[in-house]
Amino acid sequence: MAPKGKSAEAHAYTPGLKIKSFETVSKERVLPIEGTVFLKVGDQVGFDTVVARSKIPGDPQMINIAETLGVDPGMIDGFLKKKPGDRVKKGEIIAQDKALFGLIKRFVYSPIDGQIETLSDVTGQAIIREDPIDIEVDSYIQGKVSRVIAGKGVDVTTNAAIVQGIFGIGGESFGDLSMAVDSPSERLAPEKITEKHKDKIIVGGSFVSEEAFLKAKSVGARGIIVGGIDVEELIDIIKEDIGVAITGEEDVGLTLIVTEGFGEMPMSTRAFNLLKSLEGSRASINGTTQIRAGVIRPEIIVPYDSSKEARAETEQLAHGMKPGTVVRIIRDPYFGKIATVTGLPIELVKVETESLVRVATVKLEGGSEATIPRANLEVIEE
Amino acid sequence: MLSSPPRDGKELRYILATDVGSTTTKARFFKRGEDGWRYVTSGEAPTTVEAPYEDVTMGVLNAVREIEELTGHRMITDNNDRILMPFDGKKGVDLYLTTSSAGGGLQMMVGGVVTEITAASANRACLGAGSIVMDVLALDDGRLPHEKIRRIKNLRPDMILLAGGTNGGSVKHVIGMAEVIAAAKPRCRLGEGYSLPLVYAGNIDARQHIEKMCCNDFSLTMIDNIRPDLDTEVIDPARRAVHELFMEHVMRQAPGYTKLMGWTDIDIMPTPAGEGNAMQLLAKAYGTNVLGVGLGGATTNVYSVFDGKFVRSVSANLGMSYSISNVLKEAGIQNILRWIPFKMETRDLQTRIKNKMIRPTTIPQTLEELIIEHAVAREALRLGLQHHKTIATRLKGIKVERNVGDILDQKMEETYIKMGSIGAIAGTGGLLSHAPRRVQSMIIMTDAFQTEGVTRLFQDSVFMMPHLGLLSTQYPDIALEIFKRDCLVPMGTVIAVTGEGKVGDEVIEVQLELDGKTVTKALKYGELCRIPLPERSTSHAKIQPKKGFDIGQGEGKMVEAEVYGGVVGLILDARGRPLKMPEDPAEKRARLLGWFKALDMYPRELLDRLGEGS
Repeated sequence: MAPKGKSAEAHAYTPGLKIKSFETVSKERVLPIEGTVFLKVGDQVGFDTVVARSKIPGDPQMINIAETLGVDPGMIDGFLKKKPGDRVKKGEIIAQDKALFGLIKRFVYSPIDGQIETLSDVTGQAIIREDPIDIEVDSYIQGKVSRVIAGKGVDVTTNAAIVQGIFGIGGESFGDLSMAVDSPSERLAPEKITEKHKDKIIVGGSFVSEEAFLKAKSVGARGIIVGGIDVEELIDIIKEDIGVAITGEEDVGLTLIVTEGFGEMPMSTRAFNLLKSLEGSRASINGTTQIRAGVIRPEIIVPYDSSKEARAETEQLAHGMKPGTVVRIIRDPYFGKIATVTGLPIELVKVETESLVRVATVKLEGGSEATIPRANLEVIEE
Repeated sequence: MLSSPPRDGKELRYILATDVGSTTTKARFFKRGEDGWRYVTSGEAPTTVEAPYEDVTMGVLNAVREIEELTGHRMITDNNDRILMPFDGKKGVDLYLTTSSAGGGLQMMVGGVVTEITAASANRACLGAGSIVMDVLALDDGRLPHEKIRRIKNLRPDMILLAGGTNGGSVKHVIGMAEVIAAAKPRCRLGEGYSLPLVYAGNIDARQHIEKMCCNDFSLTMIDNIRPDLDTEVIDPARRAVHELFMEHVMRQAPGYTKLMGWTDIDIMPTPAGEGNAMQLLAKAYGTNVLGVGLGGATTNVYSVFDGKFVRSVSANLGMSYSISNVLKEAGIQNILRWIPFKMETRDLQTRIKNKMIRPTTIPQTLEELIIEHAVAREALRLGLQHHKTIATRLKGIKVERNVGDILDQKMEETYIKMGSIGAIAGTGGLLSHAPRRVQSMIIMTDAFQTEGVTRLFQDSVFMMPHLGLLSTQYPDIALEIFKRDCLVPMGTVIAVTGEGKVGDEVIEVQLELDGKTVTKALKYGELCRIPLPERSTSHAKIQPKKGFDIGQGEGKMVEAEVYGGVVGLILDARGRPLKMPEDPAEKRARLLGWFKALDMYPRELLDRLGEGS
């Protein structure tokens, strides 16, 4: 019953990925539980400064004393050598049963170093908790502490260039940017990767093969930024298929950030040129991706020297498209092409599938015109 | 905490309902006119549960504002800060209600003693209450205690339901399970400084021990034993407790929900629980066994109302956008390819599906892409039903009399869901609702579920099943009226034979009374045929399966039935059950093209173009 020209699916647009030469970036760096924060507002931090530390309770282990001794759970008290609150060493006797003048002996040993937490006279189970584990959180980006969250951590703020990828694997890392190709459409060939890329973040072009990825790993590179990757080779690298795009925990030796998608896809010229202009600068990268509500995209953050003046810039939350907006087409039949919006018809338009959708008319880089569902356009945020 | 008692439905003139989804908030507006209750229009806006907004009411107001713009009927206050209630003769609405699945929905963990007995019952109760069950732990699940503890710690659920033991039986095992949960000391997913709700629905003799063990770290609720004895499953108290705790604890932690709860006249309900209510409404309205499906972007919910018993299953990672790649992973690439009528390399298919996964809001622009998504949808539904059948099972642990045939078969089928006894199927969710031709969603469901015998198919017109399902809890008559008139789109009836044969074998002869004339259709094995029969029309059908084929009454036995029309009409399906595709890829593609053309599923010229060279 919607009147003519009104889409049933208003607000359908895809927020673009950031390719910004300047943004004030702030990162919350907090512990999962309360701990000690070592910094104060205004402190300068590097890429790996420890900002807070805590201890998390160790994992508990359960052991059934009654079953091991073959006695009723209500009677284990008489066999205990340790009680709740006592510390135990791995292999230490917790309980024992000696029968027939010591001819039959049964022992219950602690499987870990830790502390006896509880003993149950209903089930006969003992819970022994491992010693607390130290955890700490580092600064991840170079910058200044802008806020202290008592007992949890800090916000680190910096002026930086930022590029978001579409998909990544591997977690946080940092290193100097190093261009390994001359153009965004050039593949990152294995022979382009050499010993000089040790500890570097390699910027490739349109594609990284499994062979090139493994070469980068073998020379000790910390990351790769590239336009596309083959699906089956990615599965080989991470040794499992990806069902849902929630990544960041992969242990593959380095962080990979894909800027465009699967298959061979030239990196967007803007992202390539920005990264090229920053060659040699130290960057923080994170391949963590979560494509769900609360989306997280992988990122490359290149903090500027602190002498560079801060510029007041507020994040634009949801600016839409208008004629003149530069967009990337993110679905067939023009997947990967950059275009400029020429019109935003109000009325719904029937596309090849016969669906009535909201569209935009665009001019492709070669000059030809096309009509594309708005949902298949991504605004390039600059 | 329950809302104030409802007013008499006769006093109501305008109802506003929203569903706060994980990405979109969908508002639906209903009005009572001279001809009764009708759906008026919809408004949608992005959900604002995440940073930087962190207040769901903003998205609700944005969606409602769209309705205001479309209708000119004002329903938001001048300050733009809440819904205007009640209707004052010019503006406002009489009733506002909402379902919610934002922030990942209600995420639960289930504990039991025996996987297939108490844990299975607890799982069914949680699913029926609309939650996402993150894991089912039981003493016999093969995991060591420390592995279970680590799992619970890492999961961080919104709530835990613990069952185990029959009343009067041993308390040791369920206490053992409680010890595992207590040792894990799980933290809540949302909010800090409040205790995780733990519902105990096990052996009542263990209550004192459970209380002693869990009262400090959990917010403990004791309810009736879900399996007081092995022959009985008492689900309702658990379902009610989950709903109440969802409102009291979980919802209060989500950003903006305390405010939203103050606006609603009926307690907020998880979206799948609303959808489940709607499926029960359908079963009641048509007096038949119902299978329902909500095919979403991230999850597939399957509902069954079979002989009055309602069961829901949720396949958390089977969906058409966020989880599309997982459908491929679970189904296997060959199972997707079997529904594609043109040549396609496996790598190409993988690449397209993975690209959809990382850009989940995109839509198919070409027919090729649409057909690929329809292929994936069939497999998501097939796997969803397969999963559902593992939940919709006979009670385990009870004595079952087996006949000689069962013993020879080695095992009795566990599920009670029989496709031949399903009278109606209803589908909802973006892909099904937005299919450019209704016949596409009708055949997607037919292929995926492999309907048998005579089955009516329906579709949610504009996604309002959750809204109406919630409305039905207080105003069943109003909900049913809107449901039948504006929510359910009757697509028509499928008549499908079971049995296997060879191409060319005669399979079925159907005699129909259409416009006062008798029409006879005979189909050979492997054929599909579509006969127009408009909405609100019926036809008396005499269906004669040939030898070796069955329509529900036994091999070769004739069935007479009233068949109902719809926007698609009748589909006669002589492909046999189980549905088998030719082994040869070229033959398979030709067969698919033939079916698609016979049903007028897609634009013919484009299909021909795609099929060239196949």
